[in-house]
Amino acid sequence: MSSPVAKPVRMSYREACRQAIRDALTNDPRTFLMGEDVGLYGGCYAVTKGLLDEFGPRRIRDTPLSESAFVGAGIGAAIAGMHPIVEIMTCNFSLLALDQLLNNAASIAHMSGGQFAVPLVIRMATGAGRQLAAQHSHSLEGWYAHIPGLKVLAPGTVEDARHMLRSALADPNPVLIFEHIVLYNVEDELDPAVESVDIGSAKIRRPGRDVSVLAYGNSLPKALAAADTLAKEGIEAEVVDIRVLRPLDNATIFESVTRTRRCIIVDEGWKSGSISAEIAARLSENLFFELDAPIRRICSREVPIPYSRHMEEAALPQTSAIIESARTLIGSR
Amino acid sequence: MSEKPHIDRQHGQQLFRDMLRIRRFEAKCAELYQGQKIRGFLHLYDGEEAVAVGIMQALEERDAIVATYRDHGHAIARGLPMGSLMAEMFGKVEGCSRGRGGSMHFFDRARRFYGGNAIVGGGLPLSIGIALADKELRPGAVTACFFGEGAAGEGEFHESMNLAELWELPVIFVCENNLYAMGMPLELAEAETDIFRKAQAYRMPSEKVDGMNPVAVEAAARRAVERARGGKGPSFLECRTYRFRAHSMFDAQLYRTKEEIALWKERDPVPRMQAWLEENHMLSAEELKRIEDQVDVEIDAAVTFAEAGQWEKVEDLERFVLMDEVPQ
Repeated sequence: MSSPVAKPVRMSYREACRQAIRDALTNDPRTFLMGEDVGLYGGCYAVTKGLLDEFGPRRIRDTPLSESAFVGAGIGAAIAGMHPIVEIMTCNFSLLALDQLLNNAASIAHMSGGQFAVPLVIRMATGAGRQLAAQHSHSLEGWYAHIPGLKVLAPGTVEDARHMLRSALADPNPVLIFEHIVLYNVEDELDPAVESVDIGSAKIRRPGRDVSVLAYGNSLPKALAAADTLAKEGIEAEVVDIRVLRPLDNATIFESVTRTRRCIIVDEGWKSGSISAEIAARLSENLFFELDAPIRRICSREVPIPYSRHMEEAALPQTSAIIESARTLIGSR
Repeated sequence: MSEKPHIDRQHGQQLFRDMLRIRRFEAKCAELYQGQKIRGFLHLYDGEEAVAVGIMQALEERDAIVATYRDHGHAIARGLPMGSLMAEMFGKVEGCSRGRGGSMHFFDRARRFYGGNAIVGGGLPLSIGIALADKELRPGAVTACFFGEGAAGEGEFHESMNLAELWELPVIFVCENNLYAMGMPLELAEAETDIFRKAQAYRMPSEKVDGMNPVAVEAAARRAVERARGGKGPSFLECRTYRFRAHSMFDAQLYRTKEEIALWKERDPVPRMQAWLEENHMLSAEELKRIEDQVDVEIDAAVTFAEAGQWEKVEDLERFVLMDEVPQ
């Protein structure tokens, strides 16, 4: 009997996240998931629906609304031998656990002289686009990327949502995964031959020669849509999925920009002090003489994200802005 | 409930010896700080020795400790080698945290000493997680979590009390109530100054303990540990104690009176324990001399060890920011 050729599987980003958690719980008895409403409710964004029935309350732990305590508990469990997954409902709530994230998760390994590692994964929802207003719509991954001792991932594809968790759990360091709320409903074909993804590198999602568009999270589909439109005008944009915000993959980003000599960075965070600012600074420091045009950044406007649909759209990076920016850059050649 | 532990000659002397080790170690630290061998913040434990020493009597090798930035007493009572502590404060690579942490951040993996934590209340959530892991991986092991009464003002304290009781975790919460959160008097900071009542609100077995008496602390700790090992969940001990020295080395102590300090010094656990042992014919003059000499030799050796230590290579500065593997 010949082995069947596995067919591509179509699934949503949400389902990919769920399958990844299911795999992790199945493969490692030291892994458990805890967070607010992950069990009975099935997860605020329905990612963990059904897992309580499947794995029971010891592996799927509903917590009270105590971000600092359950994030700290995740850290404590990790330094004492478990491989926990903590879900924070949205990154906006992670601020209540900032002490634990910075002063413990990110510091204990170094501060203890390497005696303890913190093999903890924290998943949180991020981003805007669903009219959830200022306290549920911010993109704080760039903040966390400031902190040595953490790894920061932003899956922008269904494939990364499916496979990043496994790599993150295998990592001996605290890894934060930012799942974009708009992406949960996105569907894609998954190649069954892919069983893991590298969480050390950025990835070129569409090759092109004229301009590098660097994006992550929900800005990635916007960048790809912009590249489609630009291609019809004869502008070949290369779309690079940054996807690892810390540590940044300088090599892939520098290689792309060295080839195209132009760069647009798309970032749903606020522009001031953002990850886009960091990337732009690195490009200026390292590739100043390779650039044919100034680096462009398309970020969220510097406001608390508003509720009203047209105002929210105006506050966020949009495909049209990427297209405009690319036309201007190419026009200057 | 167990009665007061029977204190025989050997055990009584051990309690006294451990408290004296801490007391004299702290005196040496203050001296070395004046001599600028030790820098940074230095928080000394004088006056509170009975708490750390009493609690440790009830713990075993398999148990875990989460300490505060005033962690010298916890570390010494737990059995961390004095040399590694002194070297840590000298900033030497032989230190218990390779000189990365200093006085406030002693760590020792082998002794399950999960660090002095310098964020007030920050250690409580960690203790929840360690106990959660122990329930799965090391059934019967207990975590002792130390913190000051100042922590009761923090949200992390209340969140952790609730989770510990809700999940019936094997934690002993040890509140070292020395009446001042740095310079903030308890009665100006808390609407309820009986901290143990806060734990009662979470339905946790809780008691107020004479933190100037190692025997009382040990007895309470044994009751708490017995409950935790037996799967009956956490306990809370509010140990009333007093810090004889300033909060740190930069403190003019404007917030308390000399009379108050003098009153508490009458209850100093070290001379009281010595007097009690002598009155009960459990400590001869020769034995006292031998203990004092041993302690002095140990401290001198620790200083010599620290002096002889090496500076970590600057090239290693970024080592352990990210780990290559989980230490086993």
